[in-house]
Amino acid sequence: MTSRVERVGSYLVLSVAAVIALYPLVLIIAAALRPDQVGASGGLHFENFATAWQRGNFGTYLRNSVIVSVAVVVLSAALSSMAGYAFGTMRFRGSSVLFYLLLLGLMVPSEAVIVPLYYDLKALGLTDTYVSLIFPQVAQSLAFGTFWMRAYFRSSSHELVEAARVDGAGHGRIFWSILLPMGRPALLTMVLLVFMWTWNEFLLPLVMITDESLRTAPLGLSNFQGQYTAGTALLAAAAVLVALPVVLVFLFTQRHFIRGMVEGGVKG
Amino acid sequence: MRWRRTTRPSPRVADVAGVTRGPSRAPGEPRPHVAYLYLAPALVVFACFMAWPLLHALYLSFYEWDGLSLGTWVGLGNYRDVLTDPELRAPFVHSLVLLVFFSALPITIGMTLAAVMSRARLRGSGFFRTVVFLPQVVAMVVVAIAWRAIYAPTGALNDTLRAFGLGALTQTWLGDPTYALSAVGLVGTWVGTGLCMVLFLAGLSKVPRELYEAATLDGAGALRQFFAVGLPALRGELAVALTLTIVAALRTFDLVYVMTSGGPGRSTRVPSFEVYRWSMQEGKVGYGVTIALLLTAVILAVTVAVNKVAEAERA
Repeated sequence: MTSRVERVGSYLVLSVAAVIALYPLVLIIAAALRPDQVGASGGLHFENFATAWQRGNFGTYLRNSVIVSVAVVVLSAALSSMAGYAFGTMRFRGSSVLFYLLLLGLMVPSEAVIVPLYYDLKALGLTDTYVSLIFPQVAQSLAFGTFWMRAYFRSSSHELVEAARVDGAGHGRIFWSILLPMGRPALLTMVLLVFMWTWNEFLLPLVMITDESLRTAPLGLSNFQGQYTAGTALLAAAAVLVALPVVLVFLFTQRHFIRGMVEGGVKG
Repeated sequence: MRWRRTTRPSPRVADVAGVTRGPSRAPGEPRPHVAYLYLAPALVVFACFMAWPLLHALYLSFYEWDGLSLGTWVGLGNYRDVLTDPELRAPFVHSLVLLVFFSALPITIGMTLAAVMSRARLRGSGFFRTVVFLPQVVAMVVVAIAWRAIYAPTGALNDTLRAFGLGALTQTWLGDPTYALSAVGLVGTWVGTGLCMVLFLAGLSKVPRELYEAATLDGAGALRQFFAVGLPALRGELAVALTLTIVAALRTFDLVYVMTSGGPGRSTRVPSFEVYRWSMQEGKVGYGVTIALLLTAVILAVTVAVNKVAEAERA
Protein backbone atom coordinates (compact mmCIF):
# COMPACT_ATOMS: atom_id res chain seq x y z
CA MET A 1 0.00 0.00 0.00
CA THR A 2 2.75 2.37 0.89
CA SER A 3 5.37 3.09 -1.68
CA ARG A 4 8.99 2.13 -1.38
CA VAL A 5 10.10 5.74 -1.18
CA GLU A 6 7.73 6.31 1.69
CA ARG A 7 8.99 3.26 3.56
CA VAL A 8 12.57 4.44 3.29
CA GLY A 9 11.53 7.91 4.35
CA SER A 10 9.69 6.51 7.36
CA TYR A 11 12.70 4.48 8.44
CA LEU A 12 14.85 7.55 8.05
CA VAL A 13 12.61 9.70 10.26
CA LEU A 14 12.34 7.02 12.94
CA SER A 15 16.05 6.30 12.88
CA VAL A 16 16.88 9.96 13.40
CA ALA A 17 14.47 10.04 16.36
CA ALA A 18 16.00 6.89 17.80
CA VAL A 19 19.54 8.23 17.46
CA ILE A 20 18.59 11.48 19.18
CA ALA A 21 16.85 9.58 21.97
CA LEU A 22 19.82 7.28 22.52
CA TYR A 23 22.71 9.67 21.95
CA PRO A 24 22.86 11.29 25.43
CA LEU A 25 22.53 7.89 27.08
CA VAL A 26 25.24 6.32 24.97
CA LEU A 27 27.43 9.33 25.64
CA ILE A 28 27.17 8.96 29.40
CA ILE A 29 27.85 5.23 29.25
CA ALA A 30 30.91 5.92 27.11
CA ALA A 31 32.05 8.58 29.58
CA ALA A 32 31.65 6.09 32.42
CA LEU A 33 34.09 3.71 30.76
CA ARG A 34 36.79 6.28 30.11
CA PRO A 35 39.92 6.41 32.29
CA ASP A 36 39.32 8.46 35.41
CA GLN A 37 42.86 9.83 35.68
CA VAL A 38 44.72 11.70 33.00
CA GLY A 39 47.42 9.55 31.47
CA ALA A 40 45.82 6.25 32.41
CA SER A 41 45.85 3.53 29.78
CA GLY A 42 43.16 3.33 27.13
CA GLY A 43 40.54 0.64 26.90
CA LEU A 44 37.38 0.21 28.88
CA HIS A 45 37.58 1.06 32.56
CA PHE A 46 34.89 -0.98 34.25
CA GLU A 47 36.55 -0.37 37.61
CA ASN A 48 34.96 3.12 37.58
CA PHE A 49 31.72 1.51 38.69
CA ALA A 50 33.43 -0.18 41.64
CA THR A 51 35.16 3.08 42.56
CA ALA A 52 31.89 5.01 42.47
CA TRP A 53 30.25 2.26 44.48
CA GLN A 54 32.87 2.41 47.24
CA ARG A 55 34.55 5.78 47.24
CA GLY A 56 31.48 7.63 46.06
CA ASN A 57 29.36 5.81 48.65
CA PHE A 58 26.87 4.74 46.02
CA GLY A 59 26.57 1.34 47.69
CA THR A 60 24.91 3.12 50.62
CA TYR A 61 22.79 5.44 48.45
CA LEU A 62 21.51 2.61 46.29
CA ARG A 63 20.72 0.55 49.39
CA ASN A 64 18.68 3.46 50.76
CA SER A 65 16.84 3.78 47.47
CA VAL A 66 16.04 0.07 47.52
CA ILE A 67 14.72 0.25 51.10
CA VAL A 68 12.58 3.32 50.41
CA SER A 69 11.27 2.06 47.04
CA VAL A 70 10.35 -1.38 48.36
CA ALA A 71 8.58 0.10 51.37
CA VAL A 72 6.69 2.66 49.28
CA VAL A 73 5.71 0.08 46.67
CA VAL A 74 4.50 -2.48 49.22
CA LEU A 75 2.58 0.04 51.31
CA SER A 76 1.00 1.82 48.34
CA ALA A 77 0.02 -1.47 46.72
CA ALA A 78 -1.59 -2.72 49.92
CA LEU A 79 -3.39 0.50 50.82
CA SER A 80 -4.58 1.31 47.31
CA SER A 81 -5.81 -2.22 46.68
CA MET A 82 -7.85 -2.12 49.86
CA ALA A 83 -9.22 1.34 49.13
CA GLY A 84 -9.86 0.46 45.48
CA TYR A 85 -11.72 -2.67 46.60
CA ALA A 86 -13.99 -0.62 48.85
CA PHE A 87 -14.62 2.02 46.17
CA GLY A 88 -15.05 -0.50 43.39
CA THR A 89 -17.29 -3.15 44.95
CA MET A 90 -19.07 -1.66 47.98
CA ARG A 91 -21.77 0.90 48.52
CA PHE A 92 -21.41 3.29 51.40
CA ARG A 93 -22.21 6.81 52.36
CA GLY A 94 -19.75 9.45 51.22
CA SER A 95 -18.03 7.21 48.67
CA SER A 96 -17.97 9.76 45.88
CA VAL A 97 -16.87 12.64 48.12
CA LEU A 98 -14.01 10.56 49.52
CA PHE A 99 -13.04 9.40 46.06
CA TYR A 100 -12.86 12.89 44.62
CA LEU A 101 -10.88 14.01 47.65
CA LEU A 102 -8.32 11.32 46.89
CA LEU A 103 -8.29 12.28 43.22
CA LEU A 104 -7.30 15.78 44.21
CA GLY A 105 -4.04 14.18 45.29
CA LEU A 106 -3.36 13.42 41.62
CA MET A 107 -3.27 17.10 40.81
CA VAL A 108 -1.63 18.69 43.85
CA PRO A 109 2.07 19.08 43.05
CA SER A 110 4.32 17.70 45.75
CA GLU A 111 6.04 21.10 45.99
CA ALA A 112 3.01 22.48 47.81
CA VAL A 113 3.09 19.68 50.35
CA ILE A 114 6.77 19.02 50.96
CA VAL A 115 7.72 22.32 52.59
CA PRO A 116 5.01 22.36 55.29
CA LEU A 117 5.60 18.64 55.76
CA TYR A 118 9.26 19.34 56.41
CA TYR A 119 8.41 21.68 59.28
CA ASP A 120 5.77 19.26 60.64
CA LEU A 121 8.18 16.35 60.61
CA LYS A 122 11.02 18.46 62.00
CA ALA A 123 8.83 19.37 64.98
CA LEU A 124 8.31 15.65 65.56
CA GLY A 125 12.01 14.86 65.11
CA LEU A 126 11.26 12.76 62.03
CA THR A 127 13.31 14.49 59.37
CA ASP A 128 16.42 12.53 58.48
CA THR A 129 14.58 9.23 58.86
CA TYR A 130 13.22 6.64 56.46
CA VAL A 131 9.75 7.62 57.68
CA SER A 132 10.14 11.08 56.15
CA LEU A 133 11.04 9.49 52.81
CA ILE A 134 8.49 6.69 52.79
CA PHE A 135 5.14 8.01 53.99
CA PRO A 136 4.94 11.22 51.95
CA GLN A 137 5.57 9.14 48.83
CA VAL A 138 2.97 6.57 49.84
CA ALA A 139 0.49 9.42 50.17
CA GLN A 140 1.48 10.74 46.73
CA SER A 141 1.07 7.32 45.13
CA LEU A 142 -2.26 6.60 46.78
CA ALA A 143 -4.27 8.86 44.51
CA PHE A 144 -3.13 7.10 41.36
CA GLY A 145 -3.05 3.67 42.99
CA THR A 146 -6.57 3.84 44.39
CA PHE A 147 -7.86 5.24 41.14
CA TRP A 148 -6.17 2.49 39.17
CA MET A 149 -7.23 -0.37 41.44
CA ARG A 150 -10.79 0.93 41.70
CA ALA A 151 -11.03 0.81 37.92
CA TYR A 152 -9.87 -2.81 38.04
CA PHE A 153 -12.29 -3.83 40.80
CA ARG A 154 -15.18 -2.13 39.01
CA SER A 155 -14.40 -3.94 35.80
CA SER A 156 -14.06 -7.29 37.56
CA SER A 157 -16.97 -9.61 37.13
CA HIS A 158 -19.93 -8.59 39.19
CA GLU A 159 -21.53 -11.99 38.81
CA LEU A 160 -18.44 -13.67 40.21
CA VAL A 161 -18.55 -11.53 43.33
CA GLU A 162 -22.24 -12.14 43.82
CA ALA A 163 -21.86 -15.88 43.32
CA ALA A 164 -19.04 -15.98 45.86
CA ARG A 165 -21.15 -14.03 48.31
CA VAL A 166 -24.05 -16.41 47.91
CA ASP A 167 -21.65 -19.27 48.52
CA GLY A 168 -20.83 -17.67 51.84
CA ALA A 169 -17.41 -16.18 51.05
CA GLY A 170 -16.77 -13.12 53.22
CA HIS A 171 -15.50 -9.79 51.87
CA GLY A 172 -12.01 -10.70 53.04
CA ARG A 173 -11.88 -13.94 51.11
CA ILE A 174 -13.37 -12.40 47.99
CA PHE A 175 -10.69 -9.72 48.13
CA TRP A 176 -7.70 -11.85 48.98
CA SER A 177 -8.44 -15.19 47.31
CA ILE A 178 -10.47 -14.22 44.28
CA LEU A 179 -10.17 -10.66 43.02
CA LEU A 180 -6.58 -9.84 43.96
CA PRO A 181 -5.06 -12.93 42.30
CA MET A 182 -7.11 -12.19 39.18
CA GLY A 183 -5.96 -8.61 39.26
CA ARG A 184 -2.24 -9.34 39.12
CA PRO A 185 -1.69 -7.57 35.78
CA ALA A 186 -3.34 -4.38 37.05
CA LEU A 187 -1.41 -4.61 40.31
CA LEU A 188 1.89 -5.23 38.52
CA THR A 189 1.43 -2.18 36.29
CA MET A 190 0.77 -0.01 39.32
CA VAL A 191 3.75 -1.42 41.19
CA LEU A 192 6.06 -0.69 38.24
CA LEU A 193 4.97 2.92 37.93
CA VAL A 194 5.18 3.58 41.67
CA PHE A 195 8.62 2.00 41.74
CA MET A 196 9.82 4.28 38.95
CA TRP A 197 8.38 7.43 40.55
CA THR A 198 9.85 6.57 43.93
CA TRP A 199 13.28 5.58 42.70
CA ASN A 200 13.61 8.77 40.64
CA GLU A 201 12.18 11.17 43.25
CA PHE A 202 14.54 14.00 44.02
CA LEU A 203 12.86 16.95 45.75
CA LEU A 204 11.61 15.02 48.78
CA PRO A 205 14.99 13.58 49.85
CA LEU A 206 16.62 16.91 49.03
CA VAL A 207 14.35 18.64 51.55
CA MET A 208 14.10 15.92 54.20
CA ILE A 209 17.62 14.48 54.35
CA THR A 210 20.79 16.13 55.62
CA ASP A 211 22.37 12.95 57.00
CA GLU A 212 24.76 11.65 54.36
CA SER A 213 24.10 8.01 55.24
CA LEU A 214 20.38 8.38 54.41
CA ARG A 215 20.75 9.90 50.95
CA THR A 216 18.89 8.17 48.16
CA ALA A 217 20.63 7.49 44.86
CA PRO A 218 19.46 10.60 42.93
CA LEU A 219 20.27 12.87 45.88
CA GLY A 220 23.67 11.25 46.32
CA LEU A 221 24.33 11.75 42.63
CA SER A 222 23.41 15.41 42.75
CA ASN A 223 25.77 15.98 45.68
CA PHE A 224 28.49 13.93 44.01
CA GLN A 225 28.29 16.24 41.03
CA GLY A 226 28.91 19.22 43.29
CA GLN A 227 32.03 17.65 44.80
CA TYR A 228 33.84 15.88 42.01
CA THR A 229 33.63 18.18 39.03
CA ALA A 230 36.99 16.95 37.81
CA GLY A 231 36.24 13.24 37.85
CA THR A 232 33.80 13.12 34.96
CA ALA A 233 34.28 9.39 34.45
CA LEU A 234 33.34 8.64 38.05
CA LEU A 235 30.35 10.97 37.87
CA ALA A 236 29.16 9.30 34.69
CA ALA A 237 29.68 5.85 36.21
CA ALA A 238 27.64 6.88 39.25
CA ALA A 239 24.91 8.27 36.99
CA VAL A 240 24.72 4.99 35.11
CA LEU A 241 24.41 3.09 38.40
CA VAL A 242 21.55 5.36 39.51
CA ALA A 243 19.61 5.10 36.25
CA LEU A 244 20.19 1.39 35.63
CA PRO A 245 17.62 -0.27 37.94
CA VAL A 246 14.62 1.54 36.48
CA VAL A 247 15.90 1.22 32.91
CA LEU A 248 16.36 -2.54 33.33
CA VAL A 249 12.93 -2.96 34.90
CA PHE A 250 11.47 -0.94 32.03
CA LEU A 251 13.21 -2.98 29.34
CA PHE A 252 11.93 -6.24 30.79
CA THR A 253 8.35 -5.13 31.49
CA GLN A 254 7.78 -2.44 28.91
CA ARG A 255 4.40 -3.69 27.82
CA HIS A 256 3.02 -3.24 31.33
CA PHE A 257 4.91 -0.01 31.73
CA ILE A 258 3.67 1.65 28.58
CA ARG A 259 0.15 0.35 29.05
CA GLY A 260 0.12 1.86 32.52
CA MET A 261 1.35 5.22 31.28
CA VAL A 262 -1.17 5.28 28.44
CA GLU A 263 -4.24 3.96 30.24
CA GLY A 264 -3.43 5.67 33.51
CA GLY A 265 -3.12 8.95 31.65
CA VAL A 266 -6.22 8.48 29.56
CA LYS A 267 -8.21 7.54 32.61
CA GLY A 268 -6.78 10.28 34.76
CA MET B 1 -13.08 9.33 31.75
CA ARG B 2 -14.40 6.88 29.25
CA TRP B 3 -14.43 3.99 31.69
CA ARG B 4 -17.30 5.45 33.66
CA ARG B 5 -20.28 3.17 33.39
CA THR B 6 -23.52 4.77 32.36
CA THR B 7 -25.66 2.02 33.80
CA ARG B 8 -24.92 0.12 36.92
CA PRO B 9 -24.98 -3.64 36.60
CA SER B 10 -27.67 -4.09 39.24
CA PRO B 11 -29.44 -0.91 40.31
CA ARG B 12 -31.09 -1.18 43.66
CA VAL B 13 -33.60 0.85 45.59
CA ALA B 14 -30.93 1.65 48.14
CA ASP B 15 -28.91 3.59 45.55
CA VAL B 16 -31.77 5.90 44.87
CA ALA B 17 -32.71 6.38 48.48
CA GLY B 18 -29.10 6.85 49.52
CA VAL B 19 -29.61 4.39 52.34
CA THR B 20 -27.78 1.10 52.55
CA ARG B 21 -29.24 -0.75 55.43
CA GLY B 22 -31.31 -3.75 56.33
CA PRO B 23 -33.18 -5.79 53.78
CA SER B 24 -31.93 -3.90 50.68
CA ARG B 25 -28.56 -5.61 51.01
CA ALA B 26 -28.02 -8.45 48.60
CA PRO B 27 -27.20 -11.83 50.10
CA GLY B 28 -23.69 -11.80 51.50
CA GLU B 29 -23.10 -8.15 50.72
CA PRO B 30 -20.89 -6.65 53.42
CA ARG B 31 -22.27 -4.07 55.82
CA PRO B 32 -21.43 -0.47 54.95
CA HIS B 33 -18.99 -0.04 57.82
CA VAL B 34 -16.77 -2.73 56.31
CA ALA B 35 -15.96 -0.36 53.46
CA TYR B 36 -14.62 2.20 55.91
CA LEU B 37 -12.32 -0.41 57.41
CA TYR B 38 -10.81 -1.06 53.99
CA LEU B 39 -10.47 2.66 53.37
CA ALA B 40 -9.13 3.63 56.77
CA PRO B 41 -5.38 2.98 56.29
CA ALA B 42 -5.29 4.86 52.97
CA LEU B 43 -7.31 7.74 54.32
CA VAL B 44 -5.15 8.08 57.44
CA VAL B 45 -1.92 8.26 55.41
CA PHE B 46 -3.54 10.60 52.93
CA ALA B 47 -4.86 12.87 55.66
CA CYS B 48 -1.53 13.08 57.52
CA PHE B 49 0.84 13.39 54.56
CA MET B 50 -1.25 15.14 51.92
CA ALA B 51 -4.35 16.91 53.22
CA TRP B 52 -2.89 18.23 56.45
CA PRO B 53 0.32 19.65 54.93
CA LEU B 54 -1.75 21.31 52.23
CA LEU B 55 -3.84 23.08 54.87
CA HIS B 56 -0.65 23.91 56.74
CA ALA B 57 0.69 25.46 53.53
CA LEU B 58 -2.40 27.64 53.29
CA TYR B 59 -1.85 28.76 56.89
CA LEU B 60 1.84 29.51 56.29
CA SER B 61 1.04 31.58 53.20
CA PHE B 62 -0.55 34.24 55.44
CA TYR B 63 2.63 34.66 57.50
CA GLU B 64 6.06 36.08 57.11
CA TRP B 65 8.12 33.33 58.70
CA ASP B 66 11.80 32.41 58.66
CA GLY B 67 11.22 28.81 59.71
CA LEU B 68 12.64 29.31 63.21
CA SER B 69 11.22 32.23 65.17
CA LEU B 70 7.61 33.27 65.55
CA GLY B 71 5.89 34.27 62.33
CA THR B 72 4.20 37.61 61.62
CA TRP B 73 0.70 37.71 60.16
CA VAL B 74 0.77 39.53 56.82
CA GLY B 75 -2.66 38.65 55.47
CA LEU B 76 -2.58 38.49 51.69
CA GLY B 77 0.77 40.29 51.60
CA ASN B 78 2.66 37.28 50.25
CA TYR B 79 0.14 36.81 47.46
CA ARG B 80 0.35 40.48 46.52
CA ASP B 81 4.14 40.33 46.44
CA VAL B 82 4.30 37.19 44.31
CA LEU B 83 1.82 38.61 41.80
CA THR B 84 3.31 42.11 41.56
CA ASP B 85 7.03 41.88 42.40
CA PRO B 86 8.79 41.32 39.05
CA GLU B 87 11.49 39.21 40.70
CA LEU B 88 8.90 36.81 42.09
CA ARG B 89 6.78 36.87 38.96
CA ALA B 90 9.64 36.11 36.57
CA PRO B 91 9.67 32.34 37.33
CA PHE B 92 6.09 32.06 36.09
CA VAL B 93 7.05 33.85 32.88
CA HIS B 94 9.91 31.37 32.42
CA SER B 95 7.34 28.58 32.78
CA LEU B 96 5.52 29.95 29.76
CA VAL B 97 8.71 29.63 27.71
CA LEU B 98 9.16 26.10 28.97
CA LEU B 99 5.64 25.24 27.79
CA VAL B 100 6.86 25.49 24.21
CA PHE B 101 9.67 23.00 24.87
CA PHE B 102 7.88 20.65 27.27
CA SER B 103 4.47 20.63 25.66
CA ALA B 104 4.19 22.08 22.14
CA LEU B 105 7.33 20.47 20.69
CA PRO B 106 6.93 16.98 22.21
CA ILE B 107 3.29 16.87 21.09
CA THR B 108 4.16 17.96 17.55
CA ILE B 109 7.14 15.64 17.20
CA GLY B 110 5.42 12.79 19.04
CA MET B 111 2.40 13.04 16.78
CA THR B 112 4.54 13.08 13.66
CA LEU B 113 6.44 9.99 14.76
CA ALA B 114 3.25 8.19 15.73
CA ALA B 115 1.67 9.02 12.37
CA VAL B 116 4.72 7.80 10.46
CA MET B 117 4.93 4.64 12.51
CA SER B 118 1.27 3.66 12.39
CA ARG B 119 0.97 4.41 8.68
CA ALA B 120 3.95 2.51 7.40
CA ARG B 121 3.53 -0.57 9.66
CA LEU B 122 7.24 -1.02 9.65
CA ARG B 123 9.23 -3.92 10.90
CA GLY B 124 10.96 -3.13 14.18
CA SER B 125 8.44 -0.51 15.20
CA GLY B 126 8.46 -2.03 18.69
CA PHE B 127 12.17 -1.26 18.90
CA PHE B 128 11.66 2.38 17.88
CA ARG B 129 8.87 2.76 20.39
CA THR B 130 11.02 1.43 23.22
CA VAL B 131 14.02 3.57 22.33
CA VAL B 132 12.13 6.83 21.92
CA PHE B 133 10.27 6.20 25.17
CA LEU B 134 13.44 5.36 27.11
CA PRO B 135 14.35 8.94 28.23
CA GLN B 136 11.06 9.02 30.12
CA VAL B 137 12.20 6.40 32.64
CA VAL B 138 15.69 7.73 33.31
CA ALA B 139 16.00 9.66 36.59
CA MET B 140 15.94 13.42 35.90
CA VAL B 141 19.14 13.93 37.85
CA VAL B 142 20.90 11.53 35.49
CA VAL B 143 19.32 13.23 32.47
CA ALA B 144 20.52 16.58 33.78
CA ILE B 145 24.09 15.32 34.21
CA ALA B 146 24.14 13.79 30.74
CA TRP B 147 22.95 17.02 29.12
CA ARG B 148 25.28 19.20 31.16
CA ALA B 149 28.10 17.26 29.57
CA ILE B 150 26.60 17.84 26.12
CA TYR B 151 26.17 21.59 26.69
CA ALA B 152 29.61 22.05 28.30
CA PRO B 153 31.96 24.52 26.54
CA THR B 154 34.03 21.57 25.27
CA GLY B 155 31.04 19.25 25.21
CA ALA B 156 29.48 17.23 22.44
CA LEU B 157 27.30 20.01 21.06
CA ASN B 158 30.11 22.50 20.52
CA ASP B 159 32.43 19.74 19.25
CA THR B 160 29.84 18.77 16.68
CA LEU B 161 29.40 22.38 15.57
CA ARG B 162 33.15 22.75 15.16
CA ALA B 163 33.41 19.49 13.27
CA PHE B 164 30.96 20.87 10.71
CA GLY B 165 32.90 24.10 10.44
CA LEU B 166 30.32 26.03 12.39
CA GLY B 167 32.70 27.05 15.16
CA ALA B 168 31.22 30.55 15.06
CA LEU B 169 27.98 29.19 16.46
CA THR B 170 29.50 27.60 19.57
CA GLN B 171 28.24 28.96 22.87
CA THR B 172 28.60 28.43 26.58
CA TRP B 173 25.00 27.20 26.40
CA LEU B 174 24.22 26.96 30.09
CA GLY B 175 26.42 29.93 31.03
CA ASP B 176 24.69 32.42 28.77
CA PRO B 177 21.42 34.00 29.99
CA THR B 178 20.21 34.20 26.38
CA TYR B 179 20.36 30.45 25.80
CA ALA B 180 20.22 28.79 29.22
CA LEU B 181 16.43 28.58 29.53
CA SER B 182 15.98 27.21 26.01
CA ALA B 183 18.81 24.76 26.57
CA VAL B 184 17.07 23.41 29.66
CA GLY B 185 13.76 23.40 27.79
CA LEU B 186 15.17 21.33 24.95
CA VAL B 187 15.99 18.60 27.46
CA GLY B 188 12.29 18.62 28.35
CA THR B 189 11.51 18.04 24.68
CA TRP B 190 13.92 15.12 24.63
CA VAL B 191 12.29 13.57 27.69
CA GLY B 192 8.64 14.18 26.82
CA THR B 193 8.49 13.20 23.14
CA GLY B 194 8.41 9.46 23.84
CA LEU B 195 5.43 9.69 26.15
CA CYS B 196 3.46 11.75 23.62
CA MET B 197 4.36 9.37 20.81
CA VAL B 198 3.23 6.35 22.81
CA LEU B 199 -0.06 8.03 23.72
CA PHE B 200 -0.80 8.94 20.10
CA LEU B 201 0.22 5.49 18.87
CA ALA B 202 -2.33 3.96 21.22
CA GLY B 203 -4.95 6.38 19.91
CA LEU B 204 -4.17 5.73 16.25
CA SER B 205 -4.22 1.97 16.72
CA LYS B 206 -7.94 2.25 17.45
CA VAL B 207 -8.68 3.82 14.07
CA PRO B 208 -10.13 1.19 11.72
CA ARG B 209 -7.81 0.53 8.80
CA GLU B 210 -10.73 0.74 6.38
CA LEU B 211 -11.04 4.45 7.07
CA TYR B 212 -7.54 5.02 5.71
CA GLU B 213 -8.22 2.78 2.76
CA ALA B 214 -11.38 4.69 1.97
CA ALA B 215 -9.43 7.93 2.15
CA THR B 216 -6.80 6.48 -0.20
CA LEU B 217 -9.47 5.55 -2.71
CA ASP B 218 -10.76 9.11 -2.47
CA GLY B 219 -7.29 10.16 -3.56
CA ALA B 220 -6.21 11.74 -0.29
CA GLY B 221 -2.46 11.93 0.21
CA ALA B 222 -0.70 10.86 3.38
CA LEU B 223 -0.97 14.30 4.96
CA ARG B 224 -4.64 14.77 4.09
CA GLN B 225 -5.36 11.29 5.39
CA PHE B 226 -3.79 12.08 8.72
CA PHE B 227 -5.66 15.33 9.19
CA ALA B 228 -8.97 13.88 8.02
CA VAL B 229 -8.85 10.45 9.68
CA GLY B 230 -6.09 10.20 12.27
CA LEU B 231 -6.17 13.54 14.02
CA PRO B 232 -9.90 13.60 14.84
CA ALA B 233 -9.50 10.22 16.55
CA LEU B 234 -6.78 11.59 18.81
CA ARG B 235 -8.78 14.18 20.72
CA GLY B 236 -8.80 12.25 23.97
CA GLU B 237 -5.10 11.44 23.76
CA LEU B 238 -4.32 15.03 22.87
CA ALA B 239 -6.07 16.20 26.03
CA VAL B 240 -4.05 13.74 28.09
CA ALA B 241 -0.78 14.69 26.42
CA LEU B 242 -1.50 18.37 26.94
CA THR B 243 -2.33 17.89 30.60
CA LEU B 244 0.68 15.71 31.36
CA THR B 245 3.19 17.83 29.48
CA ILE B 246 1.90 21.18 30.74
CA VAL B 247 2.00 19.95 34.31
CA ALA B 248 5.52 18.62 33.73
CA ALA B 249 6.59 22.01 32.38
CA LEU B 250 5.10 23.91 35.29
CA ARG B 251 6.67 21.56 37.83
CA THR B 252 10.20 21.42 36.43
CA PHE B 253 12.59 21.24 39.34
CA ASP B 254 15.25 18.53 39.14
CA LEU B 255 16.51 19.66 35.75
CA VAL B 256 16.94 23.27 36.79
CA TYR B 257 18.40 22.42 40.18
CA VAL B 258 21.09 20.17 38.75
CA MET B 259 21.77 21.92 35.43
CA THR B 260 21.77 25.62 36.30
CA SER B 261 20.55 26.25 39.87
CA GLY B 262 18.40 28.98 38.40
CA GLY B 263 21.33 30.77 36.77
CA PRO B 264 23.11 32.35 35.13
CA GLY B 265 21.76 35.33 36.99
CA ARG B 266 18.07 34.63 37.38
CA SER B 267 17.55 33.42 33.85
CA THR B 268 16.35 29.87 34.58
CA ARG B 269 14.45 30.36 37.82
CA VAL B 270 11.16 28.47 37.67
CA PRO B 271 8.32 28.25 40.24
CA SER B 272 9.26 24.93 41.86
CA PHE B 273 12.84 26.01 42.16
CA GLU B 274 11.72 29.27 43.80
CA VAL B 275 9.57 27.32 46.25
CA TYR B 276 12.66 25.44 47.33
CA ARG B 277 14.97 28.45 47.29
CA TRP B 278 12.75 30.79 49.31
CA SER B 279 11.51 28.29 51.85
CA MET B 280 14.60 26.16 52.39
CA GLN B 281 17.52 28.49 51.62
CA GLU B 282 16.45 32.12 51.96
CA GLY B 283 14.39 31.66 55.12
CA LYS B 284 11.23 33.19 53.66
CA VAL B 285 8.90 30.28 54.09
CA GLY B 286 5.75 32.36 53.54
CA TYR B 287 6.93 33.46 50.09
CA GLY B 288 7.95 29.96 49.08
CA VAL B 289 4.72 28.36 50.17
CA THR B 290 2.66 31.07 48.47
CA ILE B 291 4.46 30.38 45.19
CA ALA B 292 3.72 26.68 45.70
CA LEU B 293 0.03 27.35 46.25
CA LEU B 294 -0.26 29.60 43.21
CA LEU B 295 1.49 26.91 41.20
CA THR B 296 -1.06 24.40 42.50
CA ALA B 297 -3.90 26.71 41.49
CA VAL B 298 -2.46 27.11 37.98
CA ILE B 299 -2.05 23.35 37.61
CA LEU B 300 -5.61 22.69 38.78
CA ALA B 301 -6.96 25.35 36.42
CA VAL B 302 -5.04 23.99 33.43
CA THR B 303 -6.08 20.40 34.14
CA VAL B 304 -9.73 21.33 34.48
CA ALA B 305 -9.67 23.65 31.45
CA VAL B 306 -8.00 21.14 29.11
CA ASN B 307 -10.43 18.41 30.10
CA LYS B 308 -13.44 20.69 29.81
CA VAL B 309 -12.44 21.67 26.29
CA ALA B 310 -11.79 18.04 25.37
CA GLU B 311 -15.16 16.94 26.69
CA ALA B 312 -17.00 19.79 25.00
CA GLU B 313 -15.36 18.86 21.70
CA ARG B 314 -16.34 15.25 22.11
CA ALA B 315 -19.98 16.05 22.78
